[in-house]
Amino acid sequence: MANAHSENITEHAGHHDHVHDHEEHHESLVSKYVFSMDHKMISRQFLITAIIMAVIAMTMSIIFRMQLAWPGEKFGFINAMLGDKWGKDGILDPNMYLGLVTIHGTIMVFFVLTGGLSGTFANLLIPYQVGARDMASGFLNMLSYWFFFLSSVIMLSSLFIDDGPASGGWTIYPPLSALPEAMSGSKLGMTLWLISMTLFVVSSLLGGINYIVTILNLRTKGMKMTRMPLTVWAMLITAILGVLSFPVLVSCVVLLICDRSLGTSFYLSDIYIGGRPLDNVGGSPVLFEHLFWFLGHPEVYIVLLPALGISSEVISTNSRKPIFGYRAMIGSMLAIGFLSFIVWGHHMFLTGMNPFLGSVFVFTTLLIAIPSAVKAFNYITTLWKGNIQYTPAMLFSIGLVSSFVTGGVTGIILADSTLDINVHDTYFVVAHFHIVMGLSAIFGMFAGVYHWFPKMFLRMMNKKLGYLHFWLTFVCAYGVFFPMHFLGLAGVPRRYYTNSNFPMFDNLVDINEIVTVFAILGALAQVVFLFNFFYSIFRGEKAPQNPWNSNTLEWTTPMANIHGNWPGPLPVVHRWAYDYSKPGAERDFIPQTVPLADGEHDGGGH
Amino acid sequence: MKLLIFFGLVLLIIAVHQLMRVIELSREFKKTKEWQVSDSDNAFNGKLMLTVGVLFLGLLLWQIDRWQDNSLPSAASVHGLKIDSLWNINMWIITIASILTNGVLFYFAYRYSGRKANKATFIAHDNRLEMAWTIVPAVVLAGIIIFGLKYWNEITDRSSDPNKITIELYAKQFDWTARYAGKDKVLGQTDYRQISGSNDVGMDTLDAAGNDDVIIKNEFHIPKNREIEFKMRSRDVIHSAYMPHFRAQMNCVPGMVTEFRFTPNKTTAEMRKDPYVIQLMAGINEARKLQNKEAVEFDYILLCNKICGSSHFNMQMTIIVDTEKDYNDWIAKQKAVKTLAAKL
Repeated sequence: MANAHSENITEHAGHHDHVHDHEEHHESLVSKYVFSMDHKMISRQFLITAIIMAVIAMTMSIIFRMQLAWPGEKFGFINAMLGDKWGKDGILDPNMYLGLVTIHGTIMVFFVLTGGLSGTFANLLIPYQVGARDMASGFLNMLSYWFFFLSSVIMLSSLFIDDGPASGGWTIYPPLSALPEAMSGSKLGMTLWLISMTLFVVSSLLGGINYIVTILNLRTKGMKMTRMPLTVWAMLITAILGVLSFPVLVSCVVLLICDRSLGTSFYLSDIYIGGRPLDNVGGSPVLFEHLFWFLGHPEVYIVLLPALGISSEVISTNSRKPIFGYRAMIGSMLAIGFLSFIVWGHHMFLTGMNPFLGSVFVFTTLLIAIPSAVKAFNYITTLWKGNIQYTPAMLFSIGLVSSFVTGGVTGIILADSTLDINVHDTYFVVAHFHIVMGLSAIFGMFAGVYHWFPKMFLRMMNKKLGYLHFWLTFVCAYGVFFPMHFLGLAGVPRRYYTNSNFPMFDNLVDINEIVTVFAILGALAQVVFLFNFFYSIFRGEKAPQNPWNSNTLEWTTPMANIHGNWPGPLPVVHRWAYDYSKPGAERDFIPQTVPLADGEHDGGGH
Repeated sequence: MKLLIFFGLVLLIIAVHQLMRVIELSREFKKTKEWQVSDSDNAFNGKLMLTVGVLFLGLLLWQIDRWQDNSLPSAASVHGLKIDSLWNINMWIITIASILTNGVLFYFAYRYSGRKANKATFIAHDNRLEMAWTIVPAVVLAGIIIFGLKYWNEITDRSSDPNKITIELYAKQFDWTARYAGKDKVLGQTDYRQISGSNDVGMDTLDAAGNDDVIIKNEFHIPKNREIEFKMRSRDVIHSAYMPHFRAQMNCVPGMVTEFRFTPNKTTAEMRKDPYVIQLMAGINEARKLQNKEAVEFDYILLCNKICGSSHFNMQMTIIVDTEKDYNDWIAKQKAVKTLAAKL
C-alpha cells in the first residue's frame, strides 16, 4: 500500500524532472554550481566545504600540539600562522591556545563530522540508494547547504577579531562563556560562535527533515524498509537523532544569549567577577550542562552512525559477502539511537548532580556497549571466509572497525562513575573520544569518499596514493591517540596550555613529543589525499558504470550527473542489497534490480 | 631566500605536472586500469594488515610495560584503593577484549585477502553466534555495573562520621583557598555580596559560626585516617577540584555547594618512602635535570580540572597529609578568622 503510494509521488517527480532536462542548456552557472537544488551537487558542495574546514581544524591541532610538546619554544610556523598578536616571537599565546582547542573541537565535531559527513553522504546516497529522482524538497536541501556555508563563514570569521574566538572549550560551559569578564574569548568571539551554531542547527534540521521524508516516502517500487542498504538505515536513524536533539541545543543557546545580553539568570548565580558582585541569582550552570549534553550525547552517534553505515556497505561489497546479521545491524543501530537519548548524564558524574541520578546513567550507558559489541562482531564475521578486495575504501573501513573497538572499550571505564572520578577530564578521555568517535568517523568518511568518488565526480581516484594515504594515516592516528591514555593515567588534565607548572608531569615530556611528531606526520599524510582528491576530480581515469561490482541502485544510473538520476523510468527493486557470492549465481554479485529466480529466497535465506 | 623557495615551488609543480602527464599517457596503453585491485594488491595489503596488526598490539603491550611506570602511585585514600582494584579488573577485561577483537580482525583481514580464483562463502547470519555475542558482553557488563555502582554508592554516601573534619575548597580565577570549620565543626555562612579585599571568600560577618573558621592559602594540611569532608564553592566560573593521588574529583559550581569525602591513609612522609614513589620521583627528577630545573620531593596536589580561563593550567595548591599529632599541632598554630570578623 505504502509502496504504491510512494510510486505515484516518484513518478510525478520524474515527469517534473524530465521537463528540466530539456531546459538544461539554459541553466545558468549560478543555478548549476552555486544555488543548485540537485542532491548530487549539494553533496559535493558539502564535501568540499568540509574538506576545507577539516584542513583548518587540523592545522590548529598541529599548532597546539607543538606548544604541548615543546612549551616555550619559538616556531616560525606558529608566528606565520597566527601573526604577532597571538604568536609573538613564535610562541603561542595562552588565550589563543584555548581558542584553538575550542574551535578545533567545534569544527571537527559539527562542521566536518556532522555537516560534512551527513551532508555529503546522506545527500548523495539517499536518493540514489532508495531509487528517487531527488530529495523530497530540493529547495530546503539547497537552504540546508547555504545555512551550513553561512555558519562556517561566521565561525571562521571569529578567528580574525580582536578579542579572539570563543575559547571556553567546545562545550562552552557558562559562566565562563557567559561573562565577558571571565576571558577575552567570551566577548564577541562567543557571540559569533552562538550565532554560527544556531545557523548550523537550522541547516541540520532542514537537511534532517528532508532525509527522513525522502526515505519514508520516495522509495522506489520494491524497496521495502527491510531491503534498504544499511547506509540508508544509518542516515535515517542519524536524521531522527538530529531532528530530536538539535532543537534542544538551540534552546540551550538561546538561554545563554539571554544571560549574556538581556540580564537573565538561567545559568548564573552568586558570581563575583571583575571586582564586583553580579546581580544574577537563582540560575544554575548544571541546567546548561543538562541541555547541552541532551544534544551532546546523541551528537556522538550522529557523528558515528553514518560512518558505520558507510563501512557496512563497503565491507560487504569488498568482502564479496553479505553483511553478517543484516537485521541485527538494524536492530543495534535502533538500540544505539534510542539509548543515546538517555545517557547524557555520564558527562556529568562530577558536576554536583545527585549521585543517585549518576547511577542511573551508569546503567543506561553501559547498556550501549551491547549493541556496539554486536556491530563490531558482525563486521568481523563479514570478513570471515570472504574474498577481500583491498580498495582504499576497504582499508579505511577495516581501520574504522579497529578504532571503534580500541576506543570503544575505554568507554566502559569512563561510563563507570566510580572509575570516572579519577580520569574525568584527563587525557584518558581525550584519547577515548578521539579514537572511538574522531578516528572511526573520519575513517568512515574517507571510506565513503574513496568508494563513491566515481559516482560523485565520474572519475577514479588513484589507488596507490590511496594505499599510501591509508597506511600513513592509520599508523599516525594510533601514534597520536594511543599514548594519550598514559598521560591520563598519570593524571594530566586536558586543556592545559602547558604541563610544565607541575613537577609530577615533568617525566611525560617524551610522550608528548611522540604524540606531536605523529600528529605532524599524520597531517602531512593528508596532503597525499588532498592531491589525489583534487587531481582526480579533473584528471582521474574515467569511471566505468559499476567499478566495485556493487549491488546497490546508485550503480545502475549512467555515469553522468543528470537531473532525475535515471533517464528512463525508476528502477524496480526485487531483492536486498547484499546478494554477494550467492550460491548458484553466475557472477559474485546480483544487483537489487535483478528479479528473484524461481525458488530463490530474498534476504540471505537459501 | 623567499624568492628561492618560490622558484623551488614552481619547479616542483612543473615537475609533478610533467610526471602526471607521463602517467596519464602511459595508462592508455595498459590493459588493466590503475584503480582495479589485483591479486598482488590484495596480498600486499593483507600482509600489511597482519604486520601492522602485530606491531600495533605489540606496541600496545610495550607502551603498557614502559609507560605505566609513569602512572599515579596507588591510591592514598581508603576508597581510592577500592577504585584501584576495580580499575585493575576492568582494565584487564577491556585490554583482553581489545587485543582479542583487534587480533581476530587483523588476522581475518590477512587470511581472507582476495584472489581471483577464490569465491567468498555466502553466510548471511547465524542466530546462535549472534546470541552468544549479545549475551556474553551483557553478562560481563552486568558484573561491571554491579561492582561499579556498589563502590559509587559507598563513595558518595552522605551519612555522617562524627569525627570528620570539614574543609571548604574555594575556587576562583586562578587560585584555591581552604577554609577549615574550626572548633565548632560548622563552616560560617557566606554571602558573595560581602566579598572584599579583606574578606576574600565572602564570609557572612553576621554569622558567629564563622568566627573560628581558619582560612589557608598555598598549602593545606589534613590528618591521616580521619574522614575529610570537602565542601566546594566557586566565586566566578566552574572549576574542578582534582586531587588525583586520592582518587578524588568534584566540580566547583557558582551558586552551589558540592561535596566529596575521603579518608587519607598515607602521610606525605610515608608516601615519600614508598618504593614506587621513589622510583617515580627519580624519573621525574632525571627529566627535570634535562630541563634545567631543580630536584623536587613528592607532594600531594590539588589542581583545577575544568577549563576556567587563561591561567587554568597553573591553578594549584599543595596538600600535606600529617599524622594526627602533627596535624593537631599545625592547626593549633593557625589563626581563626575571628580577628578579621571583629574588624569588619
